[in-house]
Amino acid sequence: MKSRSKDQTVAGIDIGSRSIELVVLNADGILRQLKTPTTFDPLGQCRRLMGELEGGRVIATGYGRKLFAESFGQMDVSTITEIQAYALGARFLHPEARTVLDIGGQDTKVISLSETGKVFKFEMNDRCAAGTGKFLEFMATALQVPLESFGEYALRSDRRIAISSMCTVFAESEATSLMARGERPENIAMGLHMAIVQRTIAMLRRVGVSAPVVFAGGVAHNPCVVRLLEEQLGQPVIVPGNPDMVGALGAAICGKNGF
Amino acid sequence: MPNIHDAMWEKLNLDLEAHAGLLEVLGKFYGDIYMSQQGRLKGMEYLDFVLSEVHGLRIKELQDAKASGKKVVGTFCVFVPEEIVLAAGGIQVGLCAGAEIGKGEAEKVLPRNTCALIKSFVGFKLAKLCPFIESCDLIVGETTCDGKKKAYEIFSEYSPVYVMEIPQMKNASDRQLWKSELLRFKSQVEETTGNKITADSLKDAIHLLNNRRRVLQRLNRLRAADPGPISGRDALLINQISFYDDPVRFTTKIGELCDELDERVKSGTGIAPEGTTRLMLSGCPMAVPNWKLPYVIESSGAIIVGEESCIGTRNTRDLVDEGGRTLDDMLDSIVDRYMRIDCACFTPNTERLDNIVNMALDLNVKGVIHYGLSFCQPYAMEAFKVEKALTGAGIPMLSIETDYSMEDVEQLKTRVEAFIEMTR
Repeated sequence: MKSRSKDQTVAGIDIGSRSIELVVLNADGILRQLKTPTTFDPLGQCRRLMGELEGGRVIATGYGRKLFAESFGQMDVSTITEIQAYALGARFLHPEARTVLDIGGQDTKVISLSETGKVFKFEMNDRCAAGTGKFLEFMATALQVPLESFGEYALRSDRRIAISSMCTVFAESEATSLMARGERPENIAMGLHMAIVQRTIAMLRRVGVSAPVVFAGGVAHNPCVVRLLEEQLGQPVIVPGNPDMVGALGAAICGKNGF
Repeated sequence: MPNIHDAMWEKLNLDLEAHAGLLEVLGKFYGDIYMSQQGRLKGMEYLDFVLSEVHGLRIKELQDAKASGKKVVGTFCVFVPEEIVLAAGGIQVGLCAGAEIGKGEAEKVLPRNTCALIKSFVGFKLAKLCPFIESCDLIVGETTCDGKKKAYEIFSEYSPVYVMEIPQMKNASDRQLWKSELLRFKSQVEETTGNKITADSLKDAIHLLNNRRRVLQRLNRLRAADPGPISGRDALLINQISFYDDPVRFTTKIGELCDELDERVKSGTGIAPEGTTRLMLSGCPMAVPNWKLPYVIESSGAIIVGEESCIGTRNTRDLVDEGGRTLDDMLDSIVDRYMRIDCACFTPNTERLDNIVNMALDLNVKGVIHYGLSFCQPYAMEAFKVEKALTGAGIPMLSIETDYSMEDVEQLKTRVEAFIEMTR
């Protein structure tokens, strides 16, 4: 077989509940990165994303990793968990990272890394989606604010009110009754952000927070969540340039280096 | 589809249709989790047979024994001394259940935030699904946790229940309490069976049950080899069956299976390659057919080499001293043996922490998965201490809290796989 190490590519694909990300690496670094919604046809979306990508190793992660490995049997596919993928991705971008927080569409992960970058403890949220990206999406819709600007919107609040319910359904009725009492929607949005951060902080404390903290996943785009996290932790958190690509990047790194 | 045992089950007042549904699900589940395994031991055929006939031939044996005048005693806890029942010529069976099937019925009489194990045995009774419960002449409850304690009050409205008081500390006064509870139980069993326990009959019972523990200890020693000669699932099944099967036959059959294991260990044959990630389970008991977590673990590329649990080493680790000559000596030996049980219902319970760490070190595991049933407060509380003790010994631990439902299998897989990746 002819050696083509120079053009040899390794792809990482992260099939999450809300979106699918693909990162392709070659010897020089990141060749390509793409993102698409998961929809009800995750495999079709994967196929479109993989496009003309031919040959090379693929490492799949995310909740759809097994499905992907079974369906793309003709390729050289292996799988790793999101925990490992996020740890590797975060560590690649920020080699000094000691704690990784990922808030995705359906789950929240907190990963504690050793000095050498090995995962030594992790926590994930329970079976329900309280406190995840889905919660914010649901609440943004309830308040008729586009999800992309929900964080900015909440930062325009002038008063901090506590929303005590963490359940997506109950939090909505709490928000509705606040609205009925004439509370400004920005303040309600802030209260909802505070609720999600509170829950995240509790998870972070369970694994222990060592600085620096890298915050990845789609929710890291939300400036209000970032601000509240920094306030509560009393330290800055690092948000990578493309926070939702960290899992796919980590998977690709794994394919390149093994672990 | 009619079953050969239908008449017997009808006599036991089971809900035949629902029961047929249960057997079908159980059969499929067993097929997926057990029969799909590669390179199983020949000796497991016996276990497959026993399980396939767990509500059939085994119940028939119990019914035949009853017809000849024997009495059946059902229990829910490894604290109930089987030696007493055997010495009085009785048969003891475990009644703990590991399926969700009667949950709807159970929640009519129990709060929703009750652990799955309690809901399950109450549900099996109310939904008329368990021929073991219906075969019992005496059902023995015990005061291990608040949930069970109160559940027996409810259960006693449907079946006659005798409750043993289990001490919660290990002081001299607790030993005294346990001794008096043992004597009270002895009188009850003698009354139920109509047989007086003698020094000879107790001596035999102690010896027989020690032998059953010895063969399970031997199994545990053999399975510790690398490559692992038997899957953790199969070893768990053997421990589960030990609660239902005739103790003499079981000990013989598992002895034969251990001979086969011995051969495998000598020839270095394993069910997984050498160097496969070795893990240990610790925590709440897993009753039949609760194989969810073991299956998730072993289908994620690890092998379970030990269970620190009531359906595991907590039931088999300690033997009753066989040196006693008089009846009273023997009763004292039984008291001492059972007082060594390190159940999370005790305070303090530091022996359990030491036992877990020692077991993990002896078995040379890469990590421990602590399994707690949702709403089981004693084990949930101890999980924190266990993690601290294990981490202190350089052994990582993953804490899993779940129940008998299947809805969290994917989340469990991610956690377990990530834990295995982490321990590599």
